[in-house]
Amino acid sequence: MKWGVVRFPGSLDDNDAVWALAEVMGQEASILWHKDESLGGAECVMLPGGFSYGDYLRTGAIARFSPIMKSIEKFAADGGLVIGTCNGFQILCEAHLLPGALTRNRTLSFICERVHVRVENARTPFTRAMRQGDVLTLPIKHGEGLYVAPENELREMEERGQVLLRYVDAGGRESDAANPNGSMRAIAGVANERFNVFGLMPHPEHAVEEMLGGTDGRKIFQSILESLR
Amino acid sequence: MQVKVFVTPRKGILDPQGRAVEQSLKSLGFKGASSVKIGKYIVFDVDAATAGAARAEVRRMCEQLLANPLIEDYTFEVEGE
Repeated sequence: MKWGVVRFPGSLDDNDAVWALAEVMGQEASILWHKDESLGGAECVMLPGGFSYGDYLRTGAIARFSPIMKSIEKFAADGGLVIGTCNGFQILCEAHLLPGALTRNRTLSFICERVHVRVENARTPFTRAMRQGDVLTLPIKHGEGLYVAPENELREMEERGQVLLRYVDAGGRESDAANPNGSMRAIAGVANERFNVFGLMPHPEHAVEEMLGGTDGRKIFQSILESLR
Repeated sequence: MQVKVFVTPRKGILDPQGRAVEQSLKSLGFKGASSVKIGKYIVFDVDAATAGAARAEVRRMCEQLLANPLIEDYTFEVEGE
């Protein structure tokens, strides 16, 4: 399967994402330059983490106007699968491909640690290789990961099952202490209404090899592979 | 014409920076300080025929890029009004 990983000025995890997809998952993965408009025939587009455009103004606010974003918006409107991790999640929110926004962590500090997230909906292209209630261990590394959305929109998202991942403790229980950044409803990852666009603050591409601390990230890529098979 | 845009976190949106500064002000003895919010102040020149045309254009700039209406409020001033 063909994957395209977008490189913006300031992207950091683009090479790691290509490594995870190509070397670990055995897929065809290539970099898409943000100034190009072609998606190179990609069947799934990934927006990686980093600090696109230095996070100037707001995270993701400037990257969303890159030429490639127009193509990605059209690709998503046609039902194409798009996944954004960390800064990629922030860009997808700014581009209105996902609801809500990501703001400064409540601790005001940059957080770099392994967290636990619970799968809240396993009937999506991004989670189908897992079961509802499964707990994944994934790394986060961000200063602005506090998920916000209007209360009425959050309720509708929950009813539709758009909240795919929630921060929990190792036992799968929600608690304030298990919510690293103060996200509303402990939200770690959301999908759009059509379930073809997914954004998450944790980094699945950094959790694909045992020697780097775990392989739970593979389950997300595996889900996408299964849904396009 | 010079434009000054002020962007602040919306009411109800957690502003941890504002909260930290408020606590700091209080610890310095400024007990009366409350509702501190940290925002952005953006200054630029805009080429427009009238102040009204400038205002319409700046509003579009704010909606499209300078502020995220989901989490931020904005106000602006156009020079010479």
